[in-house]
Amino acid sequence: MANFETVEVSTDLLILGGGFSACGVATEAAYWAKKNGLKVTLVDKAALDRSGAVAMGLSAINQYVGVKDGENTCEDYVRYVRQDLMGISREDLVYNIARHVDSTVHLFEKWGLKIWTDEEGKYVHEGRWQLMINGESYKIIIAEAAKNAIADAGGEIYERVFIVEPLLDGNKCVGAVGFSTREEKFYVFKAKATAIAAGGAVHVFRPRSVGEGFGRSWYPPFNTGSSAYFTIKAGAEMTCQEVRFIPVRFKDAYGPVGAWFLLFKSRAISAEGGEYMAVRKDELQNWAPYGLAKPIPANLRNYLGMLDVDAGLGPLYMETAEAINKIADAYKDDPKGYKKKMKELEAEAWEDFLDMTISQAHLWAALNVKPEEKHSEIAACEPYFIGSHSGASGAWVSGPEDMDTPYKWGYANMCTTEALFAAGDASGASSHKFSSGSHAEGRIVGKAAIKYIVEKGAEPNVDAAKLEEIKNTILAPLDRYQEFCKLTTSPEVNPNYLLWRQFMDRLQKIMDEYAGGVTAAFKTSKANLDRAMELFDFLKEDSEKLAAEDIYSLERCWENVQRMWQGEAHVRTMLFREETRWPGYYFRADTPKMDEENWHCFANCRWDPASGEWEMSKKDIWNIPGV
Amino acid sequence: MPSFVIAEKCDGCKGQDKTACMYICPNDLMLLDTEKMKAFNRDPSMCWECQCCVKICPQQAMDVRGYSDFIPLGASCVPLRGSQDIMWTVKFRDGSIKRFKFPIRTTEEGTADPLGGYSAHDDLNSEALATEPASLGLDAVPTVS
Repeated sequence: MANFETVEVSTDLLILGGGFSACGVATEAAYWAKKNGLKVTLVDKAALDRSGAVAMGLSAINQYVGVKDGENTCEDYVRYVRQDLMGISREDLVYNIARHVDSTVHLFEKWGLKIWTDEEGKYVHEGRWQLMINGESYKIIIAEAAKNAIADAGGEIYERVFIVEPLLDGNKCVGAVGFSTREEKFYVFKAKATAIAAGGAVHVFRPRSVGEGFGRSWYPPFNTGSSAYFTIKAGAEMTCQEVRFIPVRFKDAYGPVGAWFLLFKSRAISAEGGEYMAVRKDELQNWAPYGLAKPIPANLRNYLGMLDVDAGLGPLYMETAEAINKIADAYKDDPKGYKKKMKELEAEAWEDFLDMTISQAHLWAALNVKPEEKHSEIAACEPYFIGSHSGASGAWVSGPEDMDTPYKWGYANMCTTEALFAAGDASGASSHKFSSGSHAEGRIVGKAAIKYIVEKGAEPNVDAAKLEEIKNTILAPLDRYQEFCKLTTSPEVNPNYLLWRQFMDRLQKIMDEYAGGVTAAFKTSKANLDRAMELFDFLKEDSEKLAAEDIYSLERCWENVQRMWQGEAHVRTMLFREETRWPGYYFRADTPKMDEENWHCFANCRWDPASGEWEMSKKDIWNIPGV
Repeated sequence: MPSFVIAEKCDGCKGQDKTACMYICPNDLMLLDTEKMKAFNRDPSMCWECQCCVKICPQQAMDVRGYSDFIPLGASCVPLRGSQDIMWTVKFRDGSIKRFKFPIRTTEEGTADPLGGYSAHDDLNSEALATEPASLGLDAVPTVS
């Protein structure tokens, strides 16, 4: 039996994750913890400097409201998100993030992030809500503030510890357990409150790329569904588990298109030259009122392009050359100005890739692409779970205390499980928070969780026998490997177990083919989803046959169990929602129309830890009065 | 093969308990072969090509060879990251080269003040986060009337 030393850590607030949301929680919580003599502990499976979705860097801040300069109001942002998500958003949460996000951005600038400014010192916008940055070190800077805040408050940071399970005391979260990915240590964190901010999920669906390129997902492959798994297993109600996100990006390397669409005003066309947003404009009538208002929702823009691809009109192209030449035209009588402008544009275009998707720069260089001379292919990526972008999956959390929202049962951003708080990709129905809004939501959680501890915090009650049982379950794949690996001449093929990659391949095949992945052209139906559920029963049983030869494989095993739970919640919720509302994310062929009368509502689900049963429910949409 | 280690240049970060690439990889892919004292990428197919390892390597012993399933050979994007900016050398398959230099931060490394120099307050019950409303540039945190 695997002999891991058990390390017990007691803390007041436990922060799980290391990305922008977790850093936001840490930065704010440390301030209030220090004032109240409380301890904050952060656990990251990687190194805080480069963990999470912004590990590589980012070339823009995608949420800045600009309230102080009167550019927009928080209400404007609520309307924008409502429209983009086809009417399905928690407006109280969106508003709450919007009113705090500008201060997050101002803090980022003070910490050392280079935000572009014009001659008058005003931020340079890429779009209405987007700011241009030099963001190669975006994560390092934000992590630095979090580290300094935790150090100042006497807190602790654990890196390279992978969290698996919540610790529960009835309907209350009292901490978390996991293991070191560097040494044989099993960690038990006991906490008065826990903040989950461990990202979204990638590789639940089979990616387009194969072989070596398997890891080139748009969202990072190290976002493995840890947040969703943690909240589901804690018995927390989940929302919008059907609202996956599919971005359209430069094909294969998945480089960003935002600068090309927003800054360069580039068009996207089919191989026949038709601009699908214009050619297929009438299709938008079918998705009224959302299809008829501006900006057109991301999923509908996807959908019009998908219709072209379905009709055999692909590949789709981004008209980079046309866009650059149009800008150059403005300088046709000013050769010097033209040269300067082109140099500027070239640097901007390449930095957009080099800051956040280096592979795209690499691909363009390998294909000898000169964007000013030739257009480049774009395509819809595989589906991702990312509640912080134009997806919405996450936990169902309590609204802000000062707002008259119907969704309120506790402190801001507390799950339906007591003492468990969620931020970023972990919290649902509050889309379009991106990097800055996720950090802002983290800060909201940081303060609310400390307030909870000050007012209600109790010593965590952890059942020792239960703890031992969880430890044995988590380490079981190591024992299983040792028990059986010598029975065959090749340890990869063994009738007694599955290795993590084999298990992952099975999950991805089910999701891809039955739940609307790339090879199913993002289409599914009740019959397909029912079949997915049948196959999931076998997959779930086989998850108890996972085997790991070392700690690295053990980490990968549990990451894929987490993905499986995210996948199941997704399939169940697509089955529950008997309509098609986001046709460019998934199309339910048996219910091909949007049904405002019956489905203008949230589709929620909850797994009951006591019975092991799933419950589905509808929740009403609440609009902020007058907005 | 996504990120790779140049055998001649890697010294296994001698004398340290872990290599820089092992420390930084967000997906836990880098490993030290303690016999050869050289690091290697244990699973190139899970590599995101984020180049965090390339940027941090003290020996400049790491590079990326584009994913074999869709990136033709012959190109490279090589970063040289300093304390204030990053230099990129982008080599095309046809041999042409582009160089770019971008700032990475405006402050000294390590100096980020969590409160950003804004005034903070003591009211745990208000909607205002620690540095608000000062950091918002407003007199009060907006609310729905």
